This record gives sequence, structure tokens and C-alpha cells, in this order.
Amino acid sequence: MRPFVFESATNLRQASYLGLRSGQGETDAKVQFLAGGTTLLDLMKLGVLRPDRIVDLGPVHAGHDAIHLDANGLQLGAFAKMAAAAEHPGVLAHYPAIAQSLQLAASAQLRNMATLGGNVLQKTRCTYYRDPTWRECNKRNPGSGCAALKGFNRNHAILGVDESCIAQYPGDFAIALMALDAQVELSSASGSRRIPFATLHRAVAGQPHIENTLRSGELITSFIVPPGAWTRRSLYLKVRDRTSYEFAIASAAIALDMDAERVRTVRIGLGGMASRPWRATQAEELLTGQPLTEANAQAAATTALKDAITHGHNDFKPELARRTLVRALLQARSMRVADAEL
Amino acid sequence: MAISHLADLLGRPTTRIDGIAKVTGNAKFASDEAVADPAYAYLVTSAIAKGSIGSFDLRRAKAVPGVLDILTYANVGNQAKPAPGPDGKPSTTSLESSRIWHDGQIIAIVVADTYETAREAAHKVQVNYVAEGPSATFGSPGVKTEPHAAEEGADPKKGDAETAFAGAPVRFEGNYATPTQHHNPIELFSTTCVWDGPQLTIYEPTQFMWGTKASAATRLNIEPENVRAIARYVGGAFGSKGPNPRTAWVAIAAKRVGRPVKLVPTRDQGFTIATYRAETRHRVRLGASTSGKLLALSHEGWEVTSRPSGYNVAGVESTARMYACENIATAVHVVHADRNTPGYMRAPPETPYMFALESAMDELAYALRMDPIELRRVNDTQHDPVAGIPFSSRSLMQCFDQAAQRFGWSRRKPTPASMRDGEWLVGFGCATACYPTNIGPAAARVSLTPDGKANIGIAGHEIGTGAYTTVAIVAARALGLQLSDVTVQMGDSALPPLMIAGGSNNAASAAHVVAKACEEIRMRVSAAAVNAADSPFHGKNPFDLHLENRQVVGTGGAREPLNAALLRTGRRLEVYAENIPSGLPRSAMDELMKGKTVMSRGTGRKDVAAFAFGAHFVEVRVHEWTREIRVPRVVSAFAAGTIVNPVTARSQFMGGAIWGLSSALLEETEMDQGTARYVNTNLADYLVPVNADVPSIDIIMVPEQDERVNPLGIKGIGEIGIVGMNAAVANAVFHATGKRIRTLPIRAEKLL
Repeated sequence: MRPFVFESATNLRQASYLGLRSGQGETDAKVQFLAGGTTLLDLMKLGVLRPDRIVDLGPVHAGHDAIHLDANGLQLGAFAKMAAAAEHPGVLAHYPAIAQSLQLAASAQLRNMATLGGNVLQKTRCTYYRDPTWRECNKRNPGSGCAALKGFNRNHAILGVDESCIAQYPGDFAIALMALDAQVELSSASGSRRIPFATLHRAVAGQPHIENTLRSGELITSFIVPPGAWTRRSLYLKVRDRTSYEFAIASAAIALDMDAERVRTVRIGLGGMASRPWRATQAEELLTGQPLTEANAQAAATTALKDAITHGHNDFKPELARRTLVRALLQARSMRVADAEL
Repeated sequence: MAISHLADLLGRPTTRIDGIAKVTGNAKFASDEAVADPAYAYLVTSAIAKGSIGSFDLRRAKAVPGVLDILTYANVGNQAKPAPGPDGKPSTTSLESSRIWHDGQIIAIVVADTYETAREAAHKVQVNYVAEGPSATFGSPGVKTEPHAAEEGADPKKGDAETAFAGAPVRFEGNYATPTQHHNPIELFSTTCVWDGPQLTIYEPTQFMWGTKASAATRLNIEPENVRAIARYVGGAFGSKGPNPRTAWVAIAAKRVGRPVKLVPTRDQGFTIATYRAETRHRVRLGASTSGKLLALSHEGWEVTSRPSGYNVAGVESTARMYACENIATAVHVVHADRNTPGYMRAPPETPYMFALESAMDELAYALRMDPIELRRVNDTQHDPVAGIPFSSRSLMQCFDQAAQRFGWSRRKPTPASMRDGEWLVGFGCATACYPTNIGPAAARVSLTPDGKANIGIAGHEIGTGAYTTVAIVAARALGLQLSDVTVQMGDSALPPLMIAGGSNNAASAAHVVAKACEEIRMRVSAAAVNAADSPFHGKNPFDLHLENRQVVGTGGAREPLNAALLRTGRRLEVYAENIPSGLPRSAMDELMKGKTVMSRGTGRKDVAAFAFGAHFVEVRVHEWTREIRVPRVVSAFAAGTIVNPVTARSQFMGGAIWGLSSALLEETEMDQGTARYVNTNLADYLVPVNADVPSIDIIMVPEQDERVNPLGIKGIGEIGIVGMNAAVANAVFHATGKRIRTLPIRAEKLL
């Protein structure tokens, strides 16, 4: 078999040190961190990722998997399993969009393995990326082109794409984090820093092989979701062909605070349609201060999708995306939100 | 006692005799068989769909420590005869030459000490292709269309459909399409080959033990007696597992490295190294009277196949026979593209062709403002409209009526898009299911010992259907034993042959030969008894005796313990029996032993047309905004003659119905049209239903006795469950939304 070095890090500092050469934002980094392994191992077997060195984070999990919430917000340890966050009573009651985005993701088996930190960094499902026998893939093979532009692209992105790559960001949890204005706590050998979650993933910008803004050896240690009147009236709507175990063909995360009939605050994350976790800020602005009518929701959806670019098989997506957003907004409006103290 | 009386003893619900072995992991599937010191093979498959291999650069691959051998056309190409396609005729090749016929074609096999080594080396095989522009499918430049070669005479035809259609008061015409689909059995397409001198043992999942044996012998040019194929359990087959191009290459690899070689291809390779259901197109025209009587029915089909093969399924053989009609015209065309050769996949002809006919019937019902069930009733018939001979039995309307009642069809509002539940549009749909009844020759060995234990040997196929249990039930009832007294050996070509587990024939084929062998045992025991002075049956008529509760039982209640009666024949009574179903020539058994497929087909008999029938009812829900489609409940009824075991029969029907839903809503092997390559070759992207997609599947087994179809009245049940379900779903989607979708699968984007 192809040899690689496998080493376990006993703590964060050591992990960061061992991973210093990780070049983590790059898809083909020669050093890869192993958390739940649900993406990494697949892609190694497929011959897409071929790291020389794997830094196993197993021993680090226990110290960074706590889920804590209080009046100051929600803190999710990056090594918490998807299943743990999906079933956490406090998350369910106060941040339903987060719980739903995780419940509706993957399968029970995967949710029991995968960590939250790994989840937000999961790779695209683009066939042309996942099968190395396709030569053209700027994400896997920079400069080679993009086979999906003229290939089969039903579930390729329509927002945030350019001619270099139309691969779709497949995750759900990240869409809820976008809508809830989350922050990420990062740790590296040189210390820790906190950045808005919205800046974790990079725009394609002609360089799809660099997917995020993590520095070499840097690890996600936790997600911080600020409190707000909108967190309890939040939801994640996922549209897909089958009922479970499928990536979204369109999804929306909504966090809403109403002042009687008018929108005081609305935050909109969009999934299953963009190159990275997407926030529809212009649509939010359009709705703020307005009654949340079907017509206003439609107008917001039109705005959110106005820059959509399609490539044939995914021509249906803008319309489906608009409908998904309208449905999610109307559903959020009619949500029953009981009072609950933290 | 003739064996037909046995039919009355069948049908008690029986759990699988191999169930515990399966759920505890003790059942050995082919790749579970332990062999000494195996080497591991990994396939290198083509990344282009058309062209040839200019050259290989194997240096990097060979340099991987542990690599033993790399097979390519250059070193083994002439060592095996080309494998025929599923129709026995020329097909695409693999290692025979440098030619590349299709995406994912096997072009090299790496053999190494470990699986991981073989895989890594396979990734390092460099191929310099001479690529040509491929033709992917219908409408692609460069495809070649021609009329198919009908296997059994001309395509069904009667009267003058053209004229009758033109003159019909109500006319409907529609075009339909079904997509490429793959079987995706959970057990992968593994092969392990072991040589012992001239003897070759093949552990490979197959639904035709003797076919796999014969095919390997032919391709390797060795004596069939020197080949043994073993697959005691098969983890799903659905038509995809049988004689195939891979086996001979693995055997050659094992010979070259002097060790057993084990190949377990990957899931994605399974999409191109095995067969598939080709995409089809249809044009259906129906002419009717204002009361709904069919005056003209024409059905024209187009099917994709590979360049060299004319393989096609020609489901017009069934659709032409569904309803009473005086004017019928059918035609089938094949479209050659740069693809691998398709093959059998559960109800190969009926799944696509009945989608077209049963969608069209529903459209006609709306055009006539008739209830779709009533349209079927008006056109129901007890005679095959093409051949004019009677159906051996046909309980189609009993199926419709019982299922309709259970389903609550009377709550249906006829107007499309008129029923809803909150944000969900609700629709009801129904369709006819059918499958011809086929039966093949078979042989079996049955032995009985005085302790009342029976052993049955037959090279049958446990592909998930419950075949071990079926055989055990027949033997236990025929010999008057408990099920626990019977052991069954199957899945080994060293046992007497059974026809391919295809065309839903195996239960009938196996049951009849086992019943025949058991009858021979009863006769010998009875003959010995009536000739013995110490027997209470001395001087009696042996035909009056039967076996029951480990006793020989005569008229008037006389009894003798089985052990006493049996000892007169020796300590072990063994019978070898062959059965050739009526209508087949004596040569059918020789053909079977040569691994050929030969069956009495439900559409090819002189005396009757033999079919099982059924009816599907489906409720669909379509979201008013986002248009995803859900199926909260299904009721399906089937009348399929004698049911040997209602427990496993229900599973067969239910599995078929679920696959039909899948075929309607989810499954499509997607292709990159420019390169003719499949792109969703994994189970995350090739969608099949999960449990949450099938919350309620209600199966009704309509009792049916049929003494004409075969002595035991057994019709096949393996395939009928899937047939027509795709149309029932499409019909329900139309009822829910008012949108008629004529191209499968039906996904949200088609309803936006």
C-alpha cells in the first residue's frame, strides 16, 4: 500500500505543531488532520487526497467536545459529534436551526462519527473532483479546467461560482452557522484567534483549490453562536429527492425576530446551491422592517438569487431555491415559539 | 398421489431456515470463503468510452512492493475466448484486445500480496489512450439505430392498428422515457479462483451455478468436469450476477501467480464491469370507443445497447397482451452507442414497457373521464389478445378490487390537483402489474434415511428470495416430515443443475423437480411395503399410500412407521430426478447441463398464455412550494398462483414494490454526455429509497388456483412486484398536480 506517516497528537498544541505543514486551506495538503475521518478516509481511498502524513486528533477530542449554552450564547466544541449537538436539549430549544441542520445531515452512522469541526470543512460531492480519472478539475488539479461546466451538473452551485469551478458546498450545519452569525475559535502553535464563521470559507475567485482561510497547523476548536431574539425562531429547511441520507438540492436556514407583523431581524443562510456557505444579506435588508407576507418573501427570494449562474442540468435551481427560501420564511413566521428560560 | 395434490399442502407461513445463519454472519457468501494464501486483484478500468490503448506504462505500478503480476491485453489477451453478452451473442470485450468499447471497461488487472497494494499499484498504472469521440445515448451524434432481432418470431401484431387508430372516436398518443439504472446489489461482484492441478474452483456470486461453470470452461478451453462454481449465498443479484467477462481473467491470474486470486471490485466499478438496465423510449398510441373499449393499441420501443450487441428486452411481448383489443401493432428498435452491453434487471422487459403502457392507459382514462380501474375492467380479458389462446388464469380485476378497497380508492376526487393536506398536494394513482410465468428444466437429488431425515441437493440459488426454505418446504410436505428434518444443499455446481434464477422461474422449476424426486421416494417405499409380508399394506395398491408424520399412511387409517418401511429399501434411499416441463423438448436437459438458458415461457406456449397479475395503488404527496415528492403509502395486490411460502413471498412483492417506487422517483445513472461516462457511481449519489421513504407498503396476496400453468400451480413472484409501480406513481403525481411526467425519474425540478 501507499505509505504515509500516522501520528497521534495528545493535545492541541502538539497537533498544531505536527500539522504545521498542513497548508490546510489547500485541498491537496500533504499533511491532513484526522478527526471523524468520514470525508478524509473516503477521499484517500478514491485517490483524491494523498497525504504523506496524517495527524490523528483522537486523543484531543475529549477536551474539546463540550456543548455549553447560557445567556451569553452557545458554544460548541469542534470535536463534539454531530449526533451530540443534534440531540442536545438546549440546542433543540434555543437554536433549533442548528439542531435541525445536523439531524437532517448524513446518516445516523455518520453523525455518530463525524465531528462538527470536520463537518464544516467537508469536501464537495462534485464527481469531477472525487474521481481522479477526470483530468479537468481546478480544485484537485489546479489549472486543468472544470469538467462540470459542460458536464453533468444537476447539483452544482449557482451562487459564488466562476468559470474555474462550480462545485457546490454540500454541508448543512454551516448554513445554520451562517444565519446565526457564528464565530469560530481557532488554535495554532502561535496561539488562538477568533474569526467570523462567514470568513472561514474562501470565495472561489479562480482558486478553487484553496477552500478556507485556516493557516498552516491551525485547528478549529469551537463554534460560538451569539444569543439573540432570533435564535429560537430559527429553522433549517432542507429540500432533497429522498427523505433522508442525501445532500440538499436546496436549503435555507432562517433566524427571525418579529415585531408583531413586521420583521425586526431576519438572517438567511442558503445551502445546496452555493460554492461556500452562503448568507443572503440583501434579501435580509429587503425584509427588515417589512411585514413578512408571501409577496415580500418572494421579493426577497428574487433578490437572493439574482446573481445565480446556471449550467444546464442545474437550470432549475434558481427557481427551486427561491421557493425554498419563501417556504422557509413563511414557516419561520408561523413557528410556535414557547417561552423558555436558559 | 400425483404431485399436483402437493399444492394444497404448500402455503403455510414459514420463517427462513437460513435466517439465523444470515443475521449472525454464519452464512458464507462467495468472498467469505477462506482460501489458502490468496493474492488480491484490483481492476484498472478505462477512463475513456471509445478508442484504444496506445500503450501502458507499468513501471511505477510494478515498482510498488508486493505487486505480483499485471494482466493486460498484451500478455493475456489471447488466453480466453471472448465472453458473450447476456443474449449469448457477441458483446463488448475487456482484456481481449486494446479496443475500448465503453467507459469503465476492464483494461488491466493488478495482482498483489494485499488488497491495498494492488489498489495502490492500480492507481499507478499509466495508460496512454488513443481516444475517439464517443456517442453516449439517444440523440448523441454517431449512434446507430436498427430494428431489433425478435427472439421468438415477429413482434406481436394483430389486425390493422393504424387504420383502427385513425378511426377511433377517442385517441391518445404519448411518448415516454425511462433512464439508465443499475442493480447495485449490496454484495459486490467478487470472484475468487483456486486451481488444484487441472481443477478450477470459482467462488463467485451467481444466479446460474451451471452457467458460470460452463462459461468458465468454454472461455478457458477446459473440460466442464474440471470446473466447480460455488456460491452458497448471494447478496442480491437482480439479474446482474451470472456468467460474466471477469471470471476467466481471475482464473488466468490465479494460474499465472500460482496462488488463489481474490477479486472484490469496488462499488463504482460495479457500474461499468457488470450489466445495467438501459435507457428506453416509447411511443404508445391507444384508440378507444367512447365507453373505453380499446380499438387500437400500438407500442413502439427504442433501447440503447452497446456497439457490438443487439441485446434488447422487447417488453411489447407483454404489453401487447395486457388488454382485449382487436388491432395491435408493436415494434422495437435498438440504438447502438459507445456503452457496455446492458443486461437483465428485475423484470427486464416489463419495468420500462409497462411504464409506458400503464401511463398511457391512465391518460386515456382521464381523456375518457373514466375511473382508471374501470378502464382496465372494460378491457379485461381471459384470452391472450394476440395469440387468441386463454390465459392459464388471470385474476387482474380481483387484484384491482381488493387493493382498491384496502387503499380507500373511493375517497379519490377525480379532478387532478383537487386533493390536499395542508401544504401538500395529494394524489392517488394505480396501475397494472404483470409478469409471464416461466419454468425451466431441473434436476435434484433427494435422500431419506430411516431416522426421518431428508437431504436435498440442487444447484439452486439463494439470492435473497428464500430459496433454501422454498425447497425445504416442498420436500417436507411431500415426504411427510417436519421442516427441521430437511436439510438443503444449494449454491454448488457439483449438485444437480437448476435453470438460471431469472425470469421468476426458480421456485416453480425447483419445486417441481424436488416434488418429483420425493414422489419417486414415496413410490419406492410404498412398493416395498405392498410387497412385504410384514407390512400392514401387504397386497395393497401402492398408489393409495402417502407419507405423513414420519409414517406411511394408507386408506382407512392404516399406518406404518417410516423407519420400518424405509429400511426395506436399504439404509439410505436416494433418488436423482430430472424434470422437463411440458412443452419443452427432451434436449432441454442437455442444454441446461451445458449452461444454456432454456425455459417454457409464459408468452411462448401453445396451450395457454401464462402470466401472474397484480395491481398497485399509490398515494403521493407533493409539496406546494418546493415540489419534493413523498409516498406515504402503497397497497399492492398480486395473484400468482400457489404461494409456497407467504413470508418470503411478501418480502419479494414488497421489495419489488419499493424498487418500483425507486424506479419512478429516484434512480437514474447519470452520464456525462460528452464523454459517455457515468458520474454518480456510488450509493450516496445513485439514489435508492431509505426506510423513511417507504413508511407503509401493504401487500395483498389474492388466492389463485391454477392447474393449467403447471402441476403445482406456481407462478413466479420475484419480478412482478416492480412492474407497473413506476406508472402508478406517475399517475398519482398527475392526480396530485395536474402535471403528466412521461420521463423518469420524477424529481422536484420536473414539477416546478
